[in-house]
Amino acid sequence: MDYINKLEKVSVLGAAGKMGSGILLLTAVEMADQALKSENKDKSFTLNAIDVSNDALGGLMRYLKVQVQKLAEKKMVALRGMYADRNDLIENGEIIDQYVLDVMTYVRPTTALEAAYNSTLVFEAVSENKDLKNKLLSQIDKNSSNKPWFLTNTSSVPIHELEKGADLKGRIVGFHFYNPPAVQKLVELIVTDATAADLKDFAMTYAKNLRKIIVPSNDFAGFIGNGHFMRDALHGIHTVEKLAKENSFVEAVYMVNKVSQDYLVRPMGIFQLIDYVGVDVVKFIMNVMNPYLKDEDLHSDLLDKYFELGVKGGQFSSGAQKDGFLKYEKGRVSGIYDPDKKDYVAVADIQEACDKKLGDLPKSCVAWKSIIGKKDRSKEFTALFGDLKNMDTLGAKLAMEYGARSNAIGKKLVADNVAHSEADVNTVMLTGFFHAYGPINEYFV
Amino acid sequence: MKLRRKVYMTAGYNTISLGTGRKEFNPKKERPGLEHYLKEAGQGTLTQIGGADNVDEGVVGNFMASRFNKQAHLGAFMPMIDAKLMYKPSIRTEGACASGGLALISGIKSILAETAEVVLSVGVEVQNTQKAIYGADVLAGAGWFQKRKDGHAYFFPGQFSDRAGAYYEKYGKDYTRKGLAKWFANAMDNARLCDTAQEHHNTHPNPIELGMMEPNGKVFTDHLNVFDCSKVSDGASAIAIMSEDGLKRCGIAKKDAVEVIGLGHAVGDITEDPKDLTRLDTIEKAIQLAFESAGITKDDLATIEVHDCFTIAGILATEALGFAERGKGAQFVADGNTARDGKIPINTTGGLIGWGHPTGATGVHQAVTIWEQLTGRAGKAQIEIPANRPYGMTINMGGDDKTVVAIVYKQGE
Ligand SMILES: NC(=O)c1ccc[n+]([C@@H]2O[C@H](COP(=O)([O-])OP(=O)(O)OC[C@H]3O[C@@H](n4cnc5c(N)ncnc54)[C@H](O)[C@@H]3O)[C@@H](O)[C@H]2O)c1
Repeated sequence: MDYINKLEKVSVLGAAGKMGSGILLLTAVEMADQALKSENKDKSFTLNAIDVSNDALGGLMRYLKVQVQKLAEKKMVALRGMYADRNDLIENGEIIDQYVLDVMTYVRPTTALEAAYNSTLVFEAVSENKDLKNKLLSQIDKNSSNKPWFLTNTSSVPIHELEKGADLKGRIVGFHFYNPPAVQKLVELIVTDATAADLKDFAMTYAKNLRKIIVPSNDFAGFIGNGHFMRDALHGIHTVEKLAKENSFVEAVYMVNKVSQDYLVRPMGIFQLIDYVGVDVVKFIMNVMNPYLKDEDLHSDLLDKYFELGVKGGQFSSGAQKDGFLKYEKGRVSGIYDPDKKDYVAVADIQEACDKKLGDLPKSCVAWKSIIGKKDRSKEFTALFGDLKNMDTLGAKLAMEYGARSNAIGKKLVADNVAHSEADVNTVMLTGFFHAYGPINEYFV
Repeated sequence: MKLRRKVYMTAGYNTISLGTGRKEFNPKKERPGLEHYLKEAGQGTLTQIGGADNVDEGVVGNFMASRFNKQAHLGAFMPMIDAKLMYKPSIRTEGACASGGLALISGIKSILAETAEVVLSVGVEVQNTQKAIYGADVLAGAGWFQKRKDGHAYFFPGQFSDRAGAYYEKYGKDYTRKGLAKWFANAMDNARLCDTAQEHHNTHPNPIELGMMEPNGKVFTDHLNVFDCSKVSDGASAIAIMSEDGLKRCGIAKKDAVEVIGLGHAVGDITEDPKDLTRLDTIEKAIQLAFESAGITKDDLATIEVHDCFTIAGILATEALGFAERGKGAQFVADGNTARDGKIPINTTGGLIGWGHPTGATGVHQAVTIWEQLTGRAGKAQIEIPANRPYGMTINMGGDDKTVVAIVYKQGE
């Protein structure tokens, strides 16, 4: 495998999207870093940023410039070395400007898919739609004489189906970044039975250069990350439906969100996470995964209902959170959606009563923020979950159920051969979802 | 130099040193500019001396407003501080981080030349206008520009990292780092006692541990960590420099002023590399000149403000002062001798690392601290001034040991 040769002609499909823009950024920077090495001075690099939305491509170029500049500022020590032979560039500011220009020079924004016909490498990050992906990949492949390699970012479509659908014969690999790609360290790597060894090597080298943590996942709809998250979310939704028999619906949402955040010491509650990913996206991924599952039904009427009501979550282009299950003010949860009233109920109005129903948190409870920086956290969690086990409050009971369910989901991913090992499942949840402890643990048995 | 006339300093004033660490600091919000700091500090001194009518001339110490704020010509800001300074003489002094010290020298010389009886001396720098990585370019102007290309991304931390590296090599790394960490911890202890200090709000339970953090040359310098470095600061300090007649004119008692007893001002060749990285030769020379001028020795000092832009500079200064032999400075500091309850308390309001380092203001800030300590105005940061060694000293350095102003003071009597 010649890494540099493959990297010379690259296209990103869906480049203006959430994932595509990050993949474009990382790839453009990797190109520049390679190009600046003396042994690569004679190479020329091209990175097509392909998207159907012309407007979004404009925004993409602005985003790219700002982000490259930020990255450059952070790696100034290395950059001074990389430009050591440029006597005209003396100050940090001059070197940063040059680097931004160098990175941007590789990027060709275009709405023409034909640009990809010349590429040797194609990153695919268009909307999560199997038919669309199949169509684009096969069109490129048929019109290209390069036998290009494809790296797809699909969250839920099995890779071998794209391989077959576009007739790629081992020239595709799942390279599943997490959102946002520039920040998240985790990448799930999914090969098919036919994936060429060279391609896998390339993917490993590329990930290493980007300083990503690779977790191999088997080629099973949803892979590890969504395999856990979708079921975990469904457990939250089912718990709400149960609690709503004896409480109001909004109270139930509040309680489950609180338990999944504060009691389980996660970075956000389960409904906040669904909003973050997008109600529509979650529903969509479940729909894609469901047909592949034999012994379970990964589907929620509630999500369908929210989707129809137009309650979708997701982010504004500024990165601010849109309202979904929850309402957000200045980044804080301020309300909860009531599907009957079709409006949000203020958290302040129900909080006290709900907290009372849940009961007190044990003293051993720690905040996610304060523990995530520590290396060894097992002592704290043994204490906390030990206490919860012995408590007779509703909150403690829900938390223990939740933890046990998460544990079972993790183990099932290994049993079903989606993940190679329990450690891989835990790595995905720790690095991709920022959990403070892996789902497969001894705390909830 | 023998002083041909008595010179005093009084009515010191410091703004806060604003930057990371202060609760008020928010990098995303707009902040006060140069004008604000000049005005606050200038007026802070003027109100203590009976107003601007009493002032004969002004001097502004500033290093790089021309780049940090795109503003030169700072002398002409004096009448903005107070309209009564209109049409009075005013100049700006520049000597990199010793610009404040030069503002003191300029005032002292005017008094000695008998061309003024009262000089308002203000030092100012507003540096948070740029991210540190670009600020490093600006500050690199304190070195020789011909050397910039081969210098570190963080140019001055790079220079002093080289000094630290040389010291490690000669005397042992772990041994040295203990001294550096203690220097940092002392700075935090002292800054916590001073309201205007940048690290006043610092509550870290174990500064020594922070100070011992292993340097990482991949993202910063090879031999210094970020705690070894003074931070990026916005701030101003002002002090009035007066003759005896000036004190009378302003109705200020001598005991409320410090007398300038001796003076040492020296420069090295900016185009030359240090001969020995483990020594601060120009500092040593200026100290010697100041002691000669004052007719005292280090043993007569109650407290010193030294220019600890980096912890290693603090250690080397203890050796230049003669408190420790070569290579023993790290031990001297690690043993607590320079702490506020030590043998010779140094930088009692935090120094550059703890109080802050608004570059052009620093020299003036040092004088203000010594004035406060020697006249009993240092509040919670006050130390005891022994009757048998009543002197204070400031050592202000520009660049990598290139411009140095050392001054010896004593409470007026
Ligand atoms: N958002 C996430 O959290 C996340 C995480 C991991 C993987 N993924 C996967 O990444 C892929 C992209 O998701 P996203 O969240 O970035 O979606 P997105 O909607 O933000 O971006 C999709 C982009 O594809 C473009 N596009 C649509 N049709 C196209 C076509 N025919 N040709 C070229 N461009 C076209 C759209 O204009 C849009 O810019 C999906 O497969 C998704 O499952 C998403």
